[in-house]
Amino acid sequence: MKTDQLIRTLAADQAPRGPSPGQRLAVGLLIATAVSLLLLLATLGPRPGLLEAMREPRFLLKFPVTLGLAAAAAGAALRLSRPAVAAGPWALGLLAGPALLAAGVAVELLVMPRAAWMPRLVGHNPLLCLASIPLLAAPVLLALFAVLRSGAPTRPALAGALAGLLAGGVGAALYALHCVDDSPLFVATWYTAAVAALTVVGAALGARLLRW
Amino acid sequence: MRQREQEWAALMRAANSGDGAAYERLLRELSPALRAVARRATLGAGAAVDAEDIVQETLIAIHLKRHTWRPTEPIGPWVRAIARHKFIDALRRRGRRIQVPIEDFEHVLPAEEAAPEFPRRDLERHLPQLAPRQREVIQSIALDGNSIRATATRFGMSEGAVRVALHRAVAALAAIINKAAP
Repeated sequence: MKTDQLIRTLAADQAPRGPSPGQRLAVGLLIATAVSLLLLLATLGPRPGLLEAMREPRFLLKFPVTLGLAAAAAGAALRLSRPAVAAGPWALGLLAGPALLAAGVAVELLVMPRAAWMPRLVGHNPLLCLASIPLLAAPVLLALFAVLRSGAPTRPALAGALAGLLAGGVGAALYALHCVDDSPLFVATWYTAAVAALTVVGAALGARLLRW
Repeated sequence: MRQREQEWAALMRAANSGDGAAYERLLRELSPALRAVARRATLGAGAAVDAEDIVQETLIAIHLKRHTWRPTEPIGPWVRAIARHKFIDALRRRGRRIQVPIEDFEHVLPAEEAAPEFPRRDLERHLPQLAPRQREVIQSIALDGNSIRATATRFGMSEGAVRVALHRAVAALAAIINKAAP
């Protein structure tokens, strides 16, 4: 096929452009988060005493930490879905959630007696946390990859990593609705481990699946 | 140079508003620049690497990903980023690492397509892997030079169905190329 023939063919393919990448991301996130929420309610369920917990600062802290991370990752991933666009200000935004968590850990170490640190770090059920966050994140990760594949990421591994981070943030926020271990020490250990694992998996998958 | 890129941006904006002629003109204007850079990038890579194949793969990518350009941004970096991505990918698939850094288009003289000296292993070899309807439609439009309307008449399809089949054929072709062995 001569290039001239190809050009005429491509010009004839006047398919409508469809929704913008931002719209796709929003819709995908909405649907996937709803699915994950249903998954949470059907399996683990909300923690007993959820309403009372909302008065506990440690419980509340989990949400700006996880959702803040997810929001920054979403902004960065959206930018990276376009060719040669850097994450820009979102890269700095990724630090906000962890910074908040670090502050929470500092306060916890200050107010809690040393004897309480390790028990609060280990918590009641770290393995459930490690298993549940990825499971809750999975629908979101799937939706994100579908959205990113419709884009043109020139750094597929990084885009995949951000998708993993975003999915992890959402999964962690959902798990926080069930989790009874509120200590920032617990969150900084087990939530971080789960989200970090998802980020690595996202990067590996991105390198393979986000090529175009 | 800036002016050339501004013309490209104007053509793409027109294309996004549905101006098919502007879009075809844009692709024709991009090709010589892509070709010149592709030839430099494939210098010394041997006969197995055909610069024109890479130009065609890049045009398909530009076509399929044109929704990722935002009209508020300059189009030059966007085209270069896609070209660079496809050039590296195409060379990697052919077992070659890129030898020459992709230069700015402004430093390279545009090049016209040359008549092939020997049979080219080009896009056509992928067509048999398409679904029958997609293959028929793309052969009719690309190789036989028929219009969408003529193709619709020829196969007893509506024009809308032809457009859908054509779009799917182009997307499927890109997917086949990405997976293809050299």
